[in-house]
This record gives sequence, structure tokens and C-alpha cells, in this order.
Amino acid sequence: MSEPLIELHDITFAYPGASRPVFQDFHYQLLPGEHIGLIGPNGCGKTTLLHLIMGLLRPQAGSIKVLGQEVSQEKDFVHVRQKVGLLFQNADDQLFCPTVLEDVAFGPLNQGKSPAEAVSIAHETMERLGLHGFADRVTYKLSGGEKKLVSLATVLAMQPQLLLLDEPTAGLDETTKHRLVHILNDLDIAYMIVSHEDGFLEHTVKHCCHVHGHCCQPVANHHDGE
Amino acid sequence: MSSIAEPFSEGASLAHRLDPRGKIVVAALFAVLIAVSQSYAATLAGLGLALIWLALARLPVKQVLVRLLIVNSFIFFLWIILPLTYPGDAVWRWGPLVVTRQGLIFTGLITLKSNAIIIALIALVATVPIITLGQAMHHLRLPDKLCHLLLFTYRYLYVFQQEFHRLVQAMKIRGFQPRTNLHTYRSYAYLAAMLLVRSYDRADRVFQAMLCRGFHGTFYSLRTFSWQRRDWVFVAASLPALGVLLFLEWWNPTLL
Repeated sequence: MSEPLIELHDITFAYPGASRPVFQDFHYQLLPGEHIGLIGPNGCGKTTLLHLIMGLLRPQAGSIKVLGQEVSQEKDFVHVRQKVGLLFQNADDQLFCPTVLEDVAFGPLNQGKSPAEAVSIAHETMERLGLHGFADRVTYKLSGGEKKLVSLATVLAMQPQLLLLDEPTAGLDETTKHRLVHILNDLDIAYMIVSHEDGFLEHTVKHCCHVHGHCCQPVANHHDGE
Repeated sequence: MSSIAEPFSEGASLAHRLDPRGKIVVAALFAVLIAVSQSYAATLAGLGLALIWLALARLPVKQVLVRLLIVNSFIFFLWIILPLTYPGDAVWRWGPLVVTRQGLIFTGLITLKSNAIIIALIALVATVPIITLGQAMHHLRLPDKLCHLLLFTYRYLYVFQQEFHRLVQAMKIRGFQPRTNLHTYRSYAYLAAMLLVRSYDRADRVFQAMLCRGFHGTFYSLRTFSWQRRDWVFVAASLPALGVLLFLEWWNPTLL
């Protein structure tokens, strides 16, 4: 059996001032190539789980292993963020550069790529996502669907080994959702999707898990995708 | 989708086609020179120079006048206060109120200076889109924090504006009508506080998104600018003109 991409052991996490923890002795693991949907009611900890994996939140107890390496300090997570992509729920949080090209090239530049390489990767990624002609568009003037696709391009441009998507269909029309389904189906990397949309998950993931305080419980009746 | 208006940044005039770096440097030197000037001659000459730049920019006169009207509405208050409070020789008395000659001269100087600087900034800086302005500042090696503060402010001003409208709508649909009472003041205070809190939260999320994409404190600019012959001509013509202003400031011929 191959080594898990993500392993969370005995994680305890509570937000400051909260009456009870979001996670208590929480366990979870994600294997290579898995496409998982994370479901559950609001406030059950789906987004928190993604933020813990990325090191944006730190657990009060427990250990996290990403791509085989135990991570606990900020410097450990700096390496994680080079290999794991997180798509934020709100595209306005993700896009901050003046133009689409600069935003998509931002990650590769941070990875140490030369400007020419970063621009080339950015163009290639945009082409792959059907964003031809978007390079010089101003990010805040894009429509909601365009912003979401450009946000995905900014993450994919970093060539991640694992993708975490936080409610990627929030506020999207059916056409853009279908486009997103095709893009995700073409990816050959593992990904986890937080979503409340069963229809979207049916077309993009093989298994769904219900996020609880102690573990992620597989959902038995979910479409298997075979 | 509406956006932050930049009415002067679009155009094909000479001022629009000049390299923004040259325009920023010349505009900054001009603004400093006029701001510290104490001479009417230098300030009037500066106003003339700013009007020449404005003519080069070929901007819609009505919109420029509206912009100047806004600036001068603030200066109007100086005309009410300064001539009455500035010590000097009385030129007009009305009961306890005394208008002084020096006060009038000083207020006039401030008015000319303000208009000269605003006109120059409209002609040279407002003709550059904000995004290009930030990138040009970056190329001029101005502090990164300053450049990115400008770009981030521009990027998120619209988002906050939308947030503000959402909050106002939320108040309206529950029957809120502003009146002169404590409830209204308290509601507006909640609105301002909520906008501040949401802005802070968003700034936090944006920073997290940047961290997730490998941000480690350094911004890179992909924008390149090409310095052309017309830019040399503009700088070569503007610098001696600024030199003349400097000379007039030193010479200080008496006009008033």
C-alpha cells in the first residue's frame, strides 16, 4: 500500500473562545490518486480541516504528516504550500494582483522560477483551463465564474501534487460548473473537495466523507463513480 | 459590473503615451518645488507649466473643471478663515472682524499652489492607470510597501465598496431610515465597525491565500516599460522648466 499523502493523528483543534473543539482526537488519511468529497453541515470543520493541512491554523494537539513529512512549524508548511494547492471559497480572497497574468505567475515566481518561465507556465495553465485572452484582464473586473477559474489557474500553475478545493461551485452557474467538472476530471492528481452540492460531487469524486469531530466517516450510499 | 472610475487614464494624447516613470519623477519634483515655494512669480509660472502639461494631455475640460471645483471647495474654507486670522495690515474691518492684506496674499498663494499641483497631477499622474502607476513606482525602486499599498488599496477598494453596499441594503430592507436620533448614529457606528471588522478578516484571508501560493515577503513585477525618444524630450524639456521655477523662487520678484 502506497504512503498516504496526508495523515492526521489525534488532532485536537478549537477556535479561541469556542465552547467545544471542532476536532477532538481526529484521525484522517488521504491516499495518492484519491478524489474525495468532504461533506457535512455548516460549522462541522470542513474548511478548518483544509486550513490545518495548509498550516493556516495550528492544532492544539496531534500530528500532521503531508507527503510523508511531519509538519508542525511554519517553515515545514512553507514546503507543504509549494506542493499542495488550496482554492479558497471566495475568489476575491485569492486574486489580488492587478492582472490575471501576474496573479497566475505569482506562485511560480515564489517557487523561484524566472519571470520568463513563470509567464510561460501561466500562459500554459490559462490555455489548459480555457482562459485564452485573459492575460491582461484586470482581476477585479472578472465575473464570478471567471474569477473562480482564474483562482484555480493560480493554484494549478504551481503544479501541485495535491489539490484542496473549498466550495469551488459556490455562486457559479451551471455552465461554469460543467466546465469545472471537466477540468477536475482531466487532472491526474489527488484532490479533496469541500462542497454542499451532491450533483457536483457525483461527477468529480469517487468517495465522500462526512466530517465529524473525531474522523471523516465514509458515506455509504454516495455514487461510486465506477 | 461597475468599477473604480479612472476617467483621465484613457486617451491617446502625448501625455498618455509618455513613459509613466518620467511623468512620475517630473510630477514629484514639480509638486515638491511648488509646495515649498513662497513666491508668487514661481507659483504663477508653475501654474502656467501645469496648464501646458494639461493641454498636452487633451483631457475633457468639463471633467477637469469638476475635479478642480472639488479641490477648491476645500480651499474656500481657507478663504473664510485665513484672511481673518492671519496677522498683518488691515484692509477691511467689520466690527471685531479684520481682514488682513498678508492673509489675503497668503491664501491666494495657497490657492495658486494647490491648483498648480492638482492640474500637474491630473495631467501627468491621472493619465496613468493606477495599476501601471504602481508598477512604474516599483520600477523606480520606490519602497515595495508603498507600491503594494497602492495596488492593494486599489484592488480591494471596490470589494469594500460592494461590502458597504450590501450592509446598507441589509439595513434598508429592514426599514432603516436615517434620522437625527441616537438609533441612526448607533446604526451607522455598527455599519462602520462591521465594515472595519470584515475588511480586517478579508485582509487576513488574502494574506493566507498568498501564503498558500508560496509568498515569502517578496513581490515580483512582470511589467516592462520602454523608454523612448519622446520620453527623453519630455524630461529634457521639463527639467529646465523646473529650473526656471527654482530661479524665480530664488529671485523672488515682487508681484504683490
